[in-house]
Amino acid sequence: MTDVPTTTKADWTSDQEVRWCPGCGDYSILTAVQMLMPELNVRREDTVFVSGIGCAARFPYYMNTYGMHGIHGRAPALATGLAMARPELHVWVVGGDGDMLSIGGNHLLHALRRNVNLNILLFNNQIYGLTKGQYSPTSEIGKVTKSTPAGSIDEPFNPVSVAIGAEASFVARTHDMDRQHMMDMFRRAHDFPGASFVEVFQNCNVFNDGAFGAITKKDKRASMLIPLEHGQPIRFGENDENGVVINPQGSAEVVNVADVGESALLVHDETRQDPSLAFALSRLSAGPFEPTPIGVYRAVERSEYAGEASKQLALAQEQSGPGDLEALLHSRPTWEVS
Amino acid sequence: MTDTVPRIVGTRELNRLVVRFAGDSGDGMQLTGDRFTSASALFGNDLATLPEFPAEIRAPQGTLAGVSAFQVQVSDHDITTPGDAPNVLVAMNPAALRKELMHLEFGGTVIVNQDAFVERNLTKAGYDADPLDDGSLDNYTLFKVPMTTITKEVCKDLGVKPRDAERSKNFFALGLLSWLYSRPAQPTLDWISAKFKRQQMIADANTAAFKAGMAFGETAELFDFTYEVKPAALAPGTYTNVNGNTALSWGLVAASQQAKVPLFLGSYPITPASDILHELSQRKNFGVRTLQAEDEIAAVCAALGASFGGHLGITTTSGPGIALKGETIGLAVSLELPLLVINIQRGGPSTGLPTKTESADLMQAMYGRHGESPVPIVAAYSPSQCFFAAIEAARIALKYRTPVILLSDGYLANGSEPWLLPDVSTLPDLTVEFATGPNHTKDDGTEVFWPYLRDPETKARPWAVPGTPGLTHRIGGIEKEDGTGNINYEADNHGYMVKLREERVAHIANDIPPTMLDGDTGDADLLVLGWGSTWGAITSAVMRARAEGRKVAHAHVTHLNPLPRDLGDIVRRYPKVLVPEMNLGQFCRIIRAEFLVDAQSVCKVEGIPFTAAELHSHINGVLDD
Ligand SMILES: Cc1ncc(C[n+]2csc(CCOP(=O)(O)OP(=O)(O)O)c2C)c(N)n1
Ligand code: SF4
Ligand SMILES: [Mg+2]
Repeated sequence: MTDVPTTTKADWTSDQEVRWCPGCGDYSILTAVQMLMPELNVRREDTVFVSGIGCAARFPYYMNTYGMHGIHGRAPALATGLAMARPELHVWVVGGDGDMLSIGGNHLLHALRRNVNLNILLFNNQIYGLTKGQYSPTSEIGKVTKSTPAGSIDEPFNPVSVAIGAEASFVARTHDMDRQHMMDMFRRAHDFPGASFVEVFQNCNVFNDGAFGAITKKDKRASMLIPLEHGQPIRFGENDENGVVINPQGSAEVVNVADVGESALLVHDETRQDPSLAFALSRLSAGPFEPTPIGVYRAVERSEYAGEASKQLALAQEQSGPGDLEALLHSRPTWEVS
Repeated sequence: MTDTVPRIVGTRELNRLVVRFAGDSGDGMQLTGDRFTSASALFGNDLATLPEFPAEIRAPQGTLAGVSAFQVQVSDHDITTPGDAPNVLVAMNPAALRKELMHLEFGGTVIVNQDAFVERNLTKAGYDADPLDDGSLDNYTLFKVPMTTITKEVCKDLGVKPRDAERSKNFFALGLLSWLYSRPAQPTLDWISAKFKRQQMIADANTAAFKAGMAFGETAELFDFTYEVKPAALAPGTYTNVNGNTALSWGLVAASQQAKVPLFLGSYPITPASDILHELSQRKNFGVRTLQAEDEIAAVCAALGASFGGHLGITTTSGPGIALKGETIGLAVSLELPLLVINIQRGGPSTGLPTKTESADLMQAMYGRHGESPVPIVAAYSPSQCFFAAIEAARIALKYRTPVILLSDGYLANGSEPWLLPDVSTLPDLTVEFATGPNHTKDDGTEVFWPYLRDPETKARPWAVPGTPGLTHRIGGIEKEDGTGNINYEADNHGYMVKLREERVAHIANDIPPTMLDGDTGDADLLVLGWGSTWGAITSAVMRARAEGRKVAHAHVTHLNPLPRDLGDIVRRYPKVLVPEMNLGQFCRIIRAEFLVDAQSVCKVEGIPFTAAELHSHINGVLDD
């Protein structure tokens, strides 16, 4: 393999005019991705962005790579076929909370379960942006929107919990206010062999402004975001005064380090096979108003679907030789008529 | 069995024979019919089959709902249908007799498993009195055979449990029928030992039952004659017996080979299409990738994703699945990528008659999408021809970069016939060219790639697959500008693109074969115009009418969109046009709309195909009108 040419952000930027609302969080996510790509040592032509429909899903048009803007909710399925056909490609899937958890929820679950080598980025703005502001499956209960004038009455999904429950092998969370953290998470997703799921808290400044402000504003982050670092005790706070323990009931709980002692803190292990601790961490916060873990929740390697499918093909060819059409047509009992 | 010395029995020759095997779902009637068919095929008969099974896997034993039947016609000449009325009915229990007797020809032969005619079974089947004794079968030739008793008897010393031994009784029936109709025994014996090679006891029981059936015929002094159907004078060559789903699967493999493009199948199980998924899943050494997706939408999306990646993306399903795939087919129309969507039609709407046949999804194929969303449609017309229909549909998809719908149905899917195997070197070359470099020079001299710049002849856009340097581009379902492929919401542009997509499909008419016209009887008084699986019944019916001196022509349409260029002239050439369909006249409506002719519809939407006799009488009716 020849060396991958050196590129800059500009090389990864398409000539299409970006059409998100001014101030939309999608811009900073786009910038983070475009800035990351030159660092990944991959070729533009080997990179594909696949999306469904929604504001978030416009993403592929802005990347100077191969791209497919599909139909609402179906991006994981489109990308599964592409990744199976061409396992050597780097396939990214981008979509919103409605796209991937409502209409396309089933496809997301199955892409994660199969562990197809996709980097799935879910831009969660807790609202339907493109259709102008209906509540979404991640909106908090009581959300007043055009379609829920008396407040929404259904329990929201927690995307990280959903992913862990769907057997995801790589699950991370980041937010649109921290470019470096986004880049770190996207890089980890890229490097991970198998389905990588990254939830990105994204501000829709038109229909749900400030949904994550209480935890992602610069002055709130230290006290409201809990950084997950592999092998490290989970701590946060202006002075790292808070930590996370697993309480006797088996739930994750925020504690004062001074009260419990450093050694009582949960040491984060993203490679732990059993997903229950990662799940417990995902339940730590009931929403973006409580201290919320960000970072890699889980990164447990297991066999990747497209690769396994290719192996079965190779094995079949090894065992029965390459397909012979003539032989196939004669594979059932035949008779001669003269 | 009274004596063991073979009796002298006469042999009578038949030109054709229609046998219907019927029993409980658990009685193995499909297998029995299939083995009778295979032996006949290897013997050299022409044949056609009609398997009919209940939707329930195991309906309550002994009930009418649980009856499974298999009809086969074998002949010493070219035939195209599984026959009108069976000459012989094999009924393994009272329910089978009650449900199937109406199909039998007047005076036909009934062979029953006498052991099953006990009170409990008679009651379950709704008989007040035993039909074997009450004279109700006086118009038929009845043979009462204690199949279960004899089968158990001959298996006694094999170590098989009596319950298991009883299950071999279908092989007893097969043995008896094989003797009665002079079918060669060896293929069946070989098949048993191959099939049950890891279950020796079962193999022994089945073999014993089969041989006992043959011996019973020979010795029981019930039968005065055996019958023989000589081999048919078919065109020389090598034959195999094939059903539509297998032929179709093989056609897909062939298309992939001929195009040198790997095959990707995304599918979700559904009767009667699942066997294509099963068959292709075994073809991994041909580079075939199969994905059993989470639903039909995912299945077609994965296929389309694979097409974007340079594979021949295929999805297989039945009508309900097509309904789910509609939005994605629309996306494929907009993306202008090859995609093969295969509908093995069944009785609808909704779950309808999942195991029965119907061809009522034509309008769905034509118009069952949002927006102006034209898609070429190809229809298969016989089980073996499914092979060529698959290749043709793939050819159009690959060459014209478009989704194509291929229509088959339950009758073709499960029905089988002898197939003169084609010489694979004569199959069409479907080689495709992928884009390799820029295709446009901008005013400033820079070379660029435009994803929607078309081939002037085919109007197909370049197939530029990810991984190719210099061709990175974005495609999507939003309306685009021709050439650049850039998003474009302008009114004029949309009008232009809508027409362009319509013309792209219409234009394919230049590249499809002329209408199949059987015996261009230019002076015919009637044209019978068909499509799909009605071909066999129409062909036989027209032959019968002609034998009576009627002047009837038969045209059969394989390309339903676009229609062949000569079809207009053909339908206008004859004073009367009759369109038989297994729907309420969908194609007839298209013909009337397209060509303004007074075509008449004849419909059958009962889950079973037309018989030649039915169509023959319709033909005479129209001619005498
Ligand atoms: C089949 C279908 N149904 C509905 C829509 C309308 N629609 C487009 S985007 C969208 C929701 C978008 O919300 P989300 O996925 O959260 O993305 P966002 O715009 O917030 O980024 C809906 C309902 C559609 N395009 N297609
Ligand atoms: S509607 Fe919201 S999510 Fe969509 S572009 Fe505007 S700000 Fe962004
Ligand atoms: Mg949203």
